[in-house]
Amino acid sequence: MKALLLKGAPHLNSERTTAYIMWHVCWALLPAALWGIWSFGLSALSVLVVCVGAACLADFGFTSRFHRLGSLSDGSAVITGLLLGMTLPPSVPLWMAALGSLVAIGLGKHAFGGLGQNLFNPALVGRAFLQAAFPAAMTRWTPPFLSDRFQSFLAGSWTIPFARPQLDAISGATPLGLLKFDHMSSHISDLFLGQTAGCIGETASVLVLTGGAYLALRRMLDWRIPIAVMGSVFVISGVANQLNANYPDGLFMLGSGGLMVGAWFMATDMVTSPVTTGAIWLFGVLIGFLICAIRFWGGLPEGVMYAILIANATVPLLERFTQPKAFGGQP
Amino acid sequence: MGMSIFLMLGLALVFGTILSVAHRFLHVDEDPRIDTVADMLPGSNCGACGEPGCRAFAEKLVSAAAQPAGCSVSATEQVDEIAAFLGVDAGERVKLVARLHCGGGRGLALNAAEYSGMSTCGAAALVNGGNKACEWGCLGLADCQVACTFDAIQMNERLLPVVHPDLCTACGDCVVACPKDLFTLEPISQPLLVQCKAPTTGEAARAVCTVACDGCGRCVADAGEGVMVMEQGLPVIVQPLLTSRSATFRCPSGAIAWVEGSQFAFEAMEV
Amino acid sequence: MVLIASAPTFSHGVHPADQKARSATEPIGRMPFVREYSVPLRQHIGAASEPIVAVGDIVQRGQLIAKRASFVSTNQHAPVTGRVKAIETRPHPSGVSVRAIVIESDPFSSQQMGASGPRSDQALADSVSDAGIVGMGGAAFPAHVKLSVPEGRTVDTLLMNGCECEPYLTCDHRIMLEHPTAVLEGTAMIQTALGAKASVIGVEQNKSDAADVLRAASKGSVSVAQVAVKYPQGAEKMLIKAVLGREVPVGKLPLDVGVVVHNVGTAFAVHEAVRLGKPLIERVVTVSGPAVSQPRNLWVPIGTPICDLLAFVGLDQLDQYIVISGGPMMGQAQKNLQAPVVKGMSGILVFPAAHQATKEYPCIRCGRCLDACPMFLNPTRLWLLTRNRDIEALNQHHVQACFECGSCSYVCPSHIPLVHAIRMGKKLVREAQV
Repeated sequence: MKALLLKGAPHLNSERTTAYIMWHVCWALLPAALWGIWSFGLSALSVLVVCVGAACLADFGFTSRFHRLGSLSDGSAVITGLLLGMTLPPSVPLWMAALGSLVAIGLGKHAFGGLGQNLFNPALVGRAFLQAAFPAAMTRWTPPFLSDRFQSFLAGSWTIPFARPQLDAISGATPLGLLKFDHMSSHISDLFLGQTAGCIGETASVLVLTGGAYLALRRMLDWRIPIAVMGSVFVISGVANQLNANYPDGLFMLGSGGLMVGAWFMATDMVTSPVTTGAIWLFGVLIGFLICAIRFWGGLPEGVMYAILIANATVPLLERFTQPKAFGGQP
Repeated sequence: MGMSIFLMLGLALVFGTILSVAHRFLHVDEDPRIDTVADMLPGSNCGACGEPGCRAFAEKLVSAAAQPAGCSVSATEQVDEIAAFLGVDAGERVKLVARLHCGGGRGLALNAAEYSGMSTCGAAALVNGGNKACEWGCLGLADCQVACTFDAIQMNERLLPVVHPDLCTACGDCVVACPKDLFTLEPISQPLLVQCKAPTTGEAARAVCTVACDGCGRCVADAGEGVMVMEQGLPVIVQPLLTSRSATFRCPSGAIAWVEGSQFAFEAMEV
Repeated sequence: MVLIASAPTFSHGVHPADQKARSATEPIGRMPFVREYSVPLRQHIGAASEPIVAVGDIVQRGQLIAKRASFVSTNQHAPVTGRVKAIETRPHPSGVSVRAIVIESDPFSSQQMGASGPRSDQALADSVSDAGIVGMGGAAFPAHVKLSVPEGRTVDTLLMNGCECEPYLTCDHRIMLEHPTAVLEGTAMIQTALGAKASVIGVEQNKSDAADVLRAASKGSVSVAQVAVKYPQGAEKMLIKAVLGREVPVGKLPLDVGVVVHNVGTAFAVHEAVRLGKPLIERVVTVSGPAVSQPRNLWVPIGTPICDLLAFVGLDQLDQYIVISGGPMMGQAQKNLQAPVVKGMSGILVFPAAHQATKEYPCIRCGRCLDACPMFLNPTRLWLLTRNRDIEALNQHHVQACFECGSCSYVCPSHIPLVHAIRMGKKLVREAQV
């Protein structure tokens, strides 16, 4: 008998590691991202690559600078970059995409203390920064399936930093924008099958749903959050639609904009979502309510981003009032 | 515009009145000396005096329920100053310092196993009593260093805590922090120290630690009448004399030591 | 995902691979006698026993060598015929050395037990106390204490614990398979002593052969409840919830809901003590784990050094091992293999150190620990509160309700030693109360 090792019980560990879960989230995001590349072409591809690359670079820099636990191999930076890229318009200047990634990782994650410490979803922090700093570039939409999408970049992509962006010859509008500003509805099937203009990874709701459902079935995301978000959005908009036909119906709400990505991949971000059962349901319903409120009555056509960020801020409070009742404890 | 200025002035008047009335009628009379004495105390709230903080101790001092020398953190001049201010006797002051009853650092005491897990003594002690072959010995993971408010403890190359006698205020935080209860507070004027807590004797003790007390009893015989006794395999100092240094002379392992100043040194490891 | 809908169980918990096939199929063997035995005077919860032999005495196998010191304490008997070599402080599997009676075995003895004959099953608690029996499931609480019902309390159900939910361990499984009538008779005696109306044996579904054997042997006198395979199904409170649907309140005992739980191994020991007059001088120990070449169950005399036991079963050649007393989820890693087998030791497992996950990641707040905790606690929060030494908040979050099953650490994808931290938190709270 040679050397003995002493270690606290238990001596078995589940094979699910943090890295394993994170990489699976990446794989589950891929179908929707690939669809975005297919429908928006070279520009979309380069936005995603730049976002992921910049996020990894920034994370590597901050992690080694501050001697933080965690590393690139755990995949969390890749998720942040990928999610950010997927929520940007295809024509966004690449330097903005890179800047967004830097803000997402720096301000959204490492300013709070690194992996596991952040209050807000890093990708959404990056996106909120871009939305506030460059509103014009963030709301210029490209119609899908342009014939030369794999031959040339969109006009905005290679804009020099801080120069006035060139305008695209052809521009589109998102279904939510059409509804808000032009009172035009879109076909539900177009929404779900990715036939509309919009952010790179958000158009094909069915693919997002598939990826999310895969993760939920493998217990790698908390199914209760997307169900609560989607359920509350569906019910609220359904009721609103019944009362006043100007409001969109439930299916339109679910299929449009970033709702699917938000519900399945952003709200479920483990770090920024609650851990207690009661808080999980409240959190989902709150997001659903906020999405409806912003979309219906806000100045912006889309509200998923702000809804999730606001809900993120309520998590400590929600958890405080929903601590689990111990087995055999007083209610 | 005029309206709002008028409104703000009115509010200011109302609240000002309330405050001045409150100040007059809700005033609590307090001995002003408490504030002065509290300012003269070190303000570290270490609890060595037995009070929850410096201000509580100041209240005790002013009401003569304690003596200024009860603060082990203040320098002698400071204590005298407080005594002079209050016009009381400073009290007897015994400088205590934290001493470790184990000398079995790295390279001296045998490790029975390697420990992997949370790097605190408290956590390590929960896993089969820690990784040392001697279950009474210092685990060397620096819980005392972390607990020390005055940065008086630093781990040396042998992973033993070196207590700096000038910085140590005998607050007792390390005594509480040590899961093996190895620290006691001893008068610094008393250099005779048993650096072992293992009740094992003979070969059983020597096999696991080169500086263990094996209970041979020479120190008790050499120390002189009534200075020490053997209890459960360990010498216990009953009534130390300044001449009792002789107790350490024939100790085969150095488990009983004559410690003046720092207990352990920072040394270059000979491995 | 396998959905077992029918079997009753508790909420939450985890599903580690049970690894029982390695040792479950072979009949219980016998560990040969070795040279030296060390019988610790404290092998149980409660006061240490008081030795009644002196160094140099010749003792016979089964002879009483130490008496119980108080009500919560036990007798100790010689596991072997031989000479008392020493009564001194010796290593103990808990890591805290205790006084032990060291017996050098007589190599020429036939190792026959001293004649004592059957004991009374009328005053069962006395007989069990005489025989030095403790709970055989691991906690080692003196068994006679749980055989008498305090005045003013009633017990309606005796629950026999045959779950053995810890992976690798199969000692209870083999006892149920090989000695079903003894287990049932022991159960009947305990039931009579407690005045319980019914007795139920709870067995996990992965031991359905044992359940069938018990059912066939009992002819309906005792009901056998099959429960789902889930860890920690064998924890008292979880088993009561699964079988009887009752929830033991926080800080209370099963007795408070009219139930007493005993291990099936205890029932077997009670039967042996009463019918054959055999005190508790040996027990079945599962010796298993990835590094053991021939995993099996063995009758091992109490006091056998762990190293001798391991030498008998054979180990793989490795650089570094973890030797665990008990199961892999709650068992304690050992630093000194001179420590003896004690009455509450259900297994000795050897793992290669390389198997152990050591790299710790930050908590990503995934909440898996909350979904694993059978006590419905918030392990990640308790971990944080322990690091901050927030004793008041630890109490508010029921840190003392944790029975250290380790499910939280098992599921943690970041390999945070949650249960280890919670044990520290419990210690903090205990120290603060003093």
